[in-house]
Amino acid sequence: MSLKNPNEKGRFGPFGGRYIPETLVPACHELEKSFIEAWEDDSFRKELDSLLSDYAGRPSPITECLNLSAELNCRLLLKREDLNHTGSHKINNVLGQALLAKRMGKKRLVAETGAGQHGVATATAAALLNLECCVYMGEVDVKRQELNVFRMKLLGAEVRSVESGSKTLKDAVNDAMRDWVATVEDSYYCLGSVMGPHPYPWMVRTFHEVIGTEARKQSEEILGTTPDVVCACVGGGSNAIGIFSGFVDSDAELVGVEPAGGAAIGRGVPGVVHGMESFLMQDEFGQVLEAESISAGLDYPGVGPEHSYLSSIGRARYESVTDEEVIEAFQLLSRTEGLIPALEPAHALAWISRERDYLSGKTVLLNLSGRGDKDVGQMMEILNV
Amino acid sequence: MSENVQIESVLRKRIDSGKKALVVYITGGLGEDWIQTMHSVIEAGADVVEIGIPFSDPVMDGPIIQMANDSSMESGSTPVTILNDLRGENPAAPLAVMTYYNLAYRMGHERFASGLASAGISGCILPDLPLEEFDIWSESATNYAIETILLAAPTTPDERLVELCSRSSGFVYAVGLLGVTGIRSELADSAIKIAARVKTATSKPVLVGVGIGTPEQAVQACEVSDGVIVGSAVVQEMLNSASPEKVGELVSTFRNALDKNC
Repeated sequence: MSLKNPNEKGRFGPFGGRYIPETLVPACHELEKSFIEAWEDDSFRKELDSLLSDYAGRPSPITECLNLSAELNCRLLLKREDLNHTGSHKINNVLGQALLAKRMGKKRLVAETGAGQHGVATATAAALLNLECCVYMGEVDVKRQELNVFRMKLLGAEVRSVESGSKTLKDAVNDAMRDWVATVEDSYYCLGSVMGPHPYPWMVRTFHEVIGTEARKQSEEILGTTPDVVCACVGGGSNAIGIFSGFVDSDAELVGVEPAGGAAIGRGVPGVVHGMESFLMQDEFGQVLEAESISAGLDYPGVGPEHSYLSSIGRARYESVTDEEVIEAFQLLSRTEGLIPALEPAHALAWISRERDYLSGKTVLLNLSGRGDKDVGQMMEILNV
Repeated sequence: MSENVQIESVLRKRIDSGKKALVVYITGGLGEDWIQTMHSVIEAGADVVEIGIPFSDPVMDGPIIQMANDSSMESGSTPVTILNDLRGENPAAPLAVMTYYNLAYRMGHERFASGLASAGISGCILPDLPLEEFDIWSESATNYAIETILLAAPTTPDERLVELCSRSSGFVYAVGLLGVTGIRSELADSAIKIAARVKTATSKPVLVGVGIGTPEQAVQACEVSDGVIVGSAVVQEMLNSASPEKVGELVSTFRNALDKNC
């Protein structure tokens, strides 16, 4: 038993749906149909599986943190998505979508990116599969993630800096959607998280379920049972839904950790933006608020609809941590385990570290969704090194 | 409540007189004299005025209307201040608002619809609310006699076009091209094609919008359509701080071109 599929209107409980300009509605219908057909096609699954293993390096291992476990007084396991090709979990989804785009006869991938991880993964898949690639990235993020901008260019992608609104991920999504409205006949919108209009939240989750499937088996081998707590950071929520998918039918407590400045579930109310009905940080009139987080990848005022659903039925809970706590956690994992995490999963670790009393004696599985190479420049500045 | 056909009947009157309809979009709250601009636009020959209520994430809008949105919001506009400004103005032509669905969702469908009605607004366009999600809003709109205008796109398949037209009220908004609002150097071929397709699907007024930036383009689009919607070209004038009279003059050029050449 795993996560449920959305209903025919693309809803998880009351959340999800498809709120998009008419121009894109037929494209979403076509995408839904193509995805269903591809997923039922053995040759597609085989091709994806072999790319995931031979190109991306799956399965990713689980590492037991002996030093940090001793310090926190729990048993901490890390699902090592940081070891995937391109340095994060994002490649799982992108390889699936790029293969699908190819199968649909599309020539060009359009993507949005925050930290640049999804952009780099998309540019990588485009290079591999001989597709054009255009990535929208907020001006603020272009500055704080210049290494990833260079990577994307090196991979042959065009990076378009977005200067509207908050100049971060939210506005990059707007511009990617505007591009798609104009280029829908030849272009494929390769959305980077479990958000957007149906079928994206469901499709992206499906491509990330490999994380949970592997982790379930691996943790049972190590622990003899499932962990007490499964924890992951949540911006849009793709790495979290990926690992949750393996444990939703177990007794494990599922915890998603949002940045305090972008806590859609923690501080938001239901709303509609970017094609979906979900929790959203917004003002009294429905204007979407600008998120503010140290981590470009979590700098998003909304959240994937399935997380809103899991929260509403009480199957997962969502907590938030401050930038200061994240900076501490970033250093903690580096120092104790020799693993420099991306700032995004450092959020999940920050929660674990803060809640060490509650977690005392428990087994905790953290999805280490990405590595910190991209963040060391920013951390050098923050720590005044 | 009785069905409101104010927008449709005004357009029909124009069309039945052998003329083409002109709908003009202005951004609500943009500039202190935006209400005067609205009156001036009507005087210059707009049959219906669309009032844009700014939204933080307008995915169907290009740079000009985005900039107008930002400028209006920076000056403190909210849906409430814009509707308040309109209250009691009794414009000489019917009004429709164009905004995004979250503003209606957040305020509540009934409250939003009643707010529009009490500000004297007859119609509503929500470009991110497709047919599949339309019912819940449609009910409230009908309760307050608001005509909801639906958009038909070049990508819309024929069967869907028929359903969409049957549920649209006021008129059917034929999106002239694949893309967002803005001014283009030439009228897209798709504008004529979509207008023709929509015309065969409905007897309601069919107006082409998106990519109509000059009187010449308006005339071209009206070879097939019943009229046009002009937005970015007018809003650009407002962004240039043109006086209400000046904006009216621009609208007159569209009105005159349509009256003379169609």
